[in-house]
Amino acid sequence: MYARRRFKNSLAMGLSFTAAAIGLGWLVLILGVLVYKGVSGLSLAVFTEMTPPPGSDGGLLNAIVGSIIMTAIAIALGTPIGMLAGTYMAEYGRDNKLTTTVRFINDILLSAPSIVIGLFVYEIMVVPMGHFSGIAGAVALAILVIPVVVRTTEDMLLLVPSTLREAASALGAPRWYVISKVAYRAAQTGIITGVLLAIARISGETAPLLFTALNNQFFSADLNSPMPSLPVVIFQFALSPYDDWQQLAWTGALIITVAVLTLSIFARVLTAKKAER
Amino acid sequence: MTQDVLAKGRNVDRARTLKRFNTMDAAFRGVTFSAAVLVLVLLGGVIVALVEGSLPAWRAFGFGFLTTESWNPVTERFGALAPIYGTVVTSIIALILAVPVGLGIAIFLTELCPAFLRRPIGIAIELLAGIPSIIYGIWGLFVFAPFLQVYVQPALINLFGDIPVLNSLFAGPPYGIGILTASLILAIMILPFITAITRDVFETTPPMLKESAYGLGCTTWEVVYKVVLPFTRVGVIGGVMLGLGRALGETMAVTFVIGNAHRISASILAPGTTISASIANEFTEAVGDLYTSSLIALGLILFIITFIVLAAARYMLMRIERRLGN
Repeated sequence: MYARRRFKNSLAMGLSFTAAAIGLGWLVLILGVLVYKGVSGLSLAVFTEMTPPPGSDGGLLNAIVGSIIMTAIAIALGTPIGMLAGTYMAEYGRDNKLTTTVRFINDILLSAPSIVIGLFVYEIMVVPMGHFSGIAGAVALAILVIPVVVRTTEDMLLLVPSTLREAASALGAPRWYVISKVAYRAAQTGIITGVLLAIARISGETAPLLFTALNNQFFSADLNSPMPSLPVVIFQFALSPYDDWQQLAWTGALIITVAVLTLSIFARVLTAKKAER
Repeated sequence: MTQDVLAKGRNVDRARTLKRFNTMDAAFRGVTFSAAVLVLVLLGGVIVALVEGSLPAWRAFGFGFLTTESWNPVTERFGALAPIYGTVVTSIIALILAVPVGLGIAIFLTELCPAFLRRPIGIAIELLAGIPSIIYGIWGLFVFAPFLQVYVQPALINLFGDIPVLNSLFAGPPYGIGILTASLILAIMILPFITAITRDVFETTPPMLKESAYGLGCTTWEVVYKVVLPFTRVGVIGGVMLGLGRALGETMAVTFVIGNAHRISASILAPGTTISASIANEFTEAVGDLYTSSLIALGLILFIITFIVLAAARYMLMRIERRLGN
C-alpha cells in the first residue's frame, strides 16, 4: 500500500517535472529559431531603407516608423482614459455597482479577440472616412491600451495606504489635489509599468491593423492615409513566395520580439524595485 | 503645497476658495466617472457596430447562416459553419493538449521547484505569454509545419491507418499545415496563460491545509490531488476557460498554419479555417457588401462565443478571489 502510494507520487511528480521541461524547452526552442533565422538578416539597411519590391535590397524603415507613430498615438489616447477610469474605480466608486461592472467588462475587453476590435474600428472609422488610415490603426491600438491601463491603475491605487490620503486631507487639501499629488505619486511606478506592458502588447498586434491602417510600401507620416507597420509587413512578407521578403519577415519578427521582451523585463524590474522599498 | 493656495484664499475670500475646491472636485470626479462609463460604452459600441455591420448578411441568409457550410464569394452564398467548426475544434484540441501540461508546470512551480528557481521560471513563463502571436505564426509556418509534414504526420497516418474511426481522423495526405498543426500552435500559445493562472490559484490554498495533510503523512501528489485541486477547483476551471477564450480568438498564429479551406473535413490533418483566420485573410479582399457583411457577422459570432467563455471564466476567478478576501 505504502509502496503503491510512493510509486504514484513519484510518477505524478515525474510527469509534472517533464511537463515543466517540455513547456520551457519548447518555448526556448521558438526563441532560438527566431534568433538563428533573424540575426543573419540584421544589417544597417534594415533600419535605414524602405520595404523593397521582391528581388531587390531594402529594409524595414517605413514599417518601423509607422509602428512607432501608431503606438505613440495609441498610448497618448489610451493612457489618460485608462488612468481616469482606474482612478474613479479606486478613489471614488470603491466597490459600488458601477465599479464592479466596469471591472468585469474591462477584464473581458482585456482578453477579447483583437481582430474584433479591428472590425469595430473599421465600422466606426474606416467606413465613414471612406479609406484606410494610420489614425484608424492608432485608435484600434488605443482601445487595446485602455483595459491594460485601467487594470494596473486601479490595482496600484488600491495599494496606496489610505493613511497617506487621510494625512493629506487632514491638512485641508481637496480630494482632487490628494489624488493627483499624493495617490498618483505613490502609485507612479505601478502605473508606468502598466503603460510599458500596454506598449509591449500593442507593438506586436497585427490583427486589428490589417483592415484599419492596412499597409503601405512607402514612407508615410500622413495619418490620413494607409500606414505600414512592422507586424503587418511581417505577415505579408512571410506569406509571400519570395526568399528575400521571407528573410525580412524573420528579421522583423526578431526586432519585435526583442522590443517586446525588453519592455516587459524593464516593467518587471521597475515593480521589483518598488517591492524592495 | 496647499498652504499657498489656502493663504491666497484667506486674503481674498475663504468661501470662494472653498467653492472653487468643490467645483474642481466635482469636475475631477465627473471626468473620472465619464472615463469609467466610457469603458462600458466601448463594449456596447463594439456589439452595436458588429450587429449593424452584419445586418445585410443576417437579412440575406437568416439563421441558416449558422448552419450552412458553403462559402462561395462568386455566387455570394455564405455560411458560417466551417469557420465555427474550425474554431471550436482547434480550441478544444489545444485545450486537451495544453491543460495537463499547464497544470503539470503549475504543480512543479508550487510544490517541487527549489525556491531560488521559482521566480526566474515564473517570470520566464509570464514573459513568454507576452510574445506576439505573429511570432508563433511565422515559426509555425516555416519550422513546425514542415517538421510535422515530414516526420509526424506520415507516422500518424501509418499508425492509425488500420483502426476504424481513428483512420478517418488521421487521414492523409500530410500537408503539414491544417487543423492539427493549428491546434498544436494554439496549445503552445495558451500554455503560459494556463500555467500562470493555475499557479496563482494554487498559491491561494492556505498553507495550513497543506501542512496538515503532509502532517497526516500524505505524499506530495496526494496533497495536490486531494487538497489543493479540490480547494482551487473553481479557479482552475476559470483559468482553463480564460485559456479557451484566448484560443478561440487567436488570429495570426492560426492564419499562418490552418490552410484556409472553407470546408469541414473528418480528418484533423486536413486544412480548415477558423472565424478569425477567415476574417484576417479575406476582409481586405472582400468585394461587395454581402461578402464584407458576412465576415463581420463571423466577427459577431466570435465575439459572442468569446464573451460567454470569458465572462464565465472571470466569474469563476472572481469567486475564488472573493473567498481569498474573506
